[in-house]
Amino acid sequence: MNGKTALNKIGKWIGGRREASLVILLLISCLLIGVMSPDFFSSTNVDTIINDIAILAIVSIAQFFVILSNGIDISVGAIIAFSGMACGMINQDHPGTPIFVIILAGLGLGLAMGAINGALVAYGKIPPIITTLGTCSIFRGSTFLLSKNTWVTAHEMTDAFKHFPRGRFLGITTLVWCALIVIVIAYVFSRYTRTGRAIYAIGGNPTAAKFVGVSESKTRFIVFLISGLLSGFAGFLWTTRYASAVNEMASGFEMQAVASCVLGGVNFAGGSGGIIGVVLGALFFGIINNALPSLYLNVFWQLFVQGLIVLIALMVNTIVDDRKARKLLAQRRVSK
Amino acid sequence: MTDKTNKKQDLVAASRLVDETGLKNRLIEFFTKWEVLLAIIFVLMFIVFGSITPKFLRLKNLLNQSGTFMEKSIMALPMIFIIMCGDIDISVASIVALSGFGIGMAAEAGAPTPVIVLVGLAIGLVCGLVNGLLVTGLNMPAIAVTLATQSIYRGISKGVLGEHACTTFPESFQFFGQGTLGGSHIPFSLLLYAVLAVIMYFVLQRTVYGRRLYAIGSCAEAARFSGIKVKKARVINFALMGLFAGIAAVILASRICSVRSNIAENYDMETITLVVLGGVAITGGKGTVYGVVISSFLVGFLKFGLTLMKVNGTYQTIAVGALLIIAVLLPRLLDMFKANRKLAKQQAQARLEEAGAVSK
Repeated sequence: MNGKTALNKIGKWIGGRREASLVILLLISCLLIGVMSPDFFSSTNVDTIINDIAILAIVSIAQFFVILSNGIDISVGAIIAFSGMACGMINQDHPGTPIFVIILAGLGLGLAMGAINGALVAYGKIPPIITTLGTCSIFRGSTFLLSKNTWVTAHEMTDAFKHFPRGRFLGITTLVWCALIVIVIAYVFSRYTRTGRAIYAIGGNPTAAKFVGVSESKTRFIVFLISGLLSGFAGFLWTTRYASAVNEMASGFEMQAVASCVLGGVNFAGGSGGIIGVVLGALFFGIINNALPSLYLNVFWQLFVQGLIVLIALMVNTIVDDRKARKLLAQRRVSK
Repeated sequence: MTDKTNKKQDLVAASRLVDETGLKNRLIEFFTKWEVLLAIIFVLMFIVFGSITPKFLRLKNLLNQSGTFMEKSIMALPMIFIIMCGDIDISVASIVALSGFGIGMAAEAGAPTPVIVLVGLAIGLVCGLVNGLLVTGLNMPAIAVTLATQSIYRGISKGVLGEHACTTFPESFQFFGQGTLGGSHIPFSLLLYAVLAVIMYFVLQRTVYGRRLYAIGSCAEAARFSGIKVKKARVINFALMGLFAGIAAVILASRICSVRSNIAENYDMETITLVVLGGVAITGGKGTVYGVVISSFLVGFLKFGLTLMKVNGTYQTIAVGALLIIAVLLPRLLDMFKANRKLAKQQAQARLEEAGAVSK
């Protein structure tokens, strides 16, 4: 094999893969930001960025599975708030509770809320957007009721609770380890398990999926279970990382999770996209958020920049998909 | 012998079921209409709240109160059109925020009232138009586009205003949200809503254009093949939505006399709730303007009644969320009931025909 074909192959690989173009985009933006503010590449800053995006990556993966099945989960922020508040309150009221019990509580609550969403979508046949728009305010409202409109502050939490995400193993914080474990499990699940492939099938073409024996309602239910479970876990992490449980926490976070998915090339119509793209999308978001202050934009512009990035990514996705579809159509005509 | 009488009874029952003019059939048809059910709930609500707190029934209170939910009610009107065509717009609250931002800035710059209003309406219209063109131009899903523009619109207002609040408004500007009609307690915004609702009713339910929207919602592809300009209609819907959000922004700014970047948060959820509760199918193609008018007042007065009963605002948030879900679930059950009835009717018809053929 000579050098030229190898180069061609690499070019094709980059052009054909969303992940590869995202990596290049990431490198370019890192380089630009690094030139403008040299502090960007300092080890403390890199550590901050990675810790900042750990929770976003987990919730983006939650959102990924829902979008993959051609749905959307607006309620992830509210699920984070409810389970996070519950975890904080357990720790406040019963300081002796072991951490893993609190984690289990967070996971269980998330799972329960996901089950409510899933049951309404899969068996009540209510469109996901309406279901989660409704449960979003129900869960958020329930958070206020649970906390009786109060906060759990840092000095009301035990040290073990607060230090959980900050502990280090092999130089990496527990928080990042949690995210890595979720990423690996989600990667394997989405690519190599029956249920994972069923989610792709449901999103791509529900009718075809039904004919090969995939249960649509069961798969949709599972998707929301996953989303609830991961959001519940994220709630626990959120409370420990920020060492406070506030009623308004994670409001608008669903938007960022959706945004990471869109950036990662996940098709809104369902059926295509991958975990690596989503994680890269979350990483890109973390970098942009981190770099905003050094780009002389105040924090208030953050929302605007996020929206703009999502819109651009959405347009790129649509145009790329459109061209792919046209190419396929042309190929089919030629082969005929 | 018994077999024959059984058959006869069966045929009588069948003919009863098929009979369109029968009183029982008519009643069932009437009371399973979503709008009628809504109206019944509306009346029940008045009876319940009226018996608990007589204050609820005072006309003055009700009129005053109606001024507080007109913004959302106005925004629900064009949302009917959007959902009718199978789209959705979750950026409306942000359009109100951006339009309100323009209104506040214009007022602080010392602009006269007509200019302030025009600025508000123009910003709303442009935002809606941008949504519509993005959705139809590249054929992107409305939910994704408006999720992005939701952040963009509010982001602009947040970026410029920061924590700042615009609170200086000319005296005459305050009429739109606070003014009442000459001596009576009827708020100006209520009158405006009534006029807009009547116009929207005629457009949707009494014009060819309106029928085309129903056609688009039922099957966009079929509508396109029958010569309806689907994309144009959808762009107009979004533009209209923006314009009405601009109107809502004028009324809101005028009513609370203060504009911050976080105004109208959650309005998109509540607006969609009103529309869905009003009987507009989220999948498109079905719904009426008067249903949404009833649901707007239903939710507005429900909140008023709960407030009078000193129910915590948090419970109200939960109630609205639950209402949204119930509002989708119930019509589905109702539709199932209707479909079953239709099937039973068809079977009865078939049996009657068979019997007729045999006797001949």
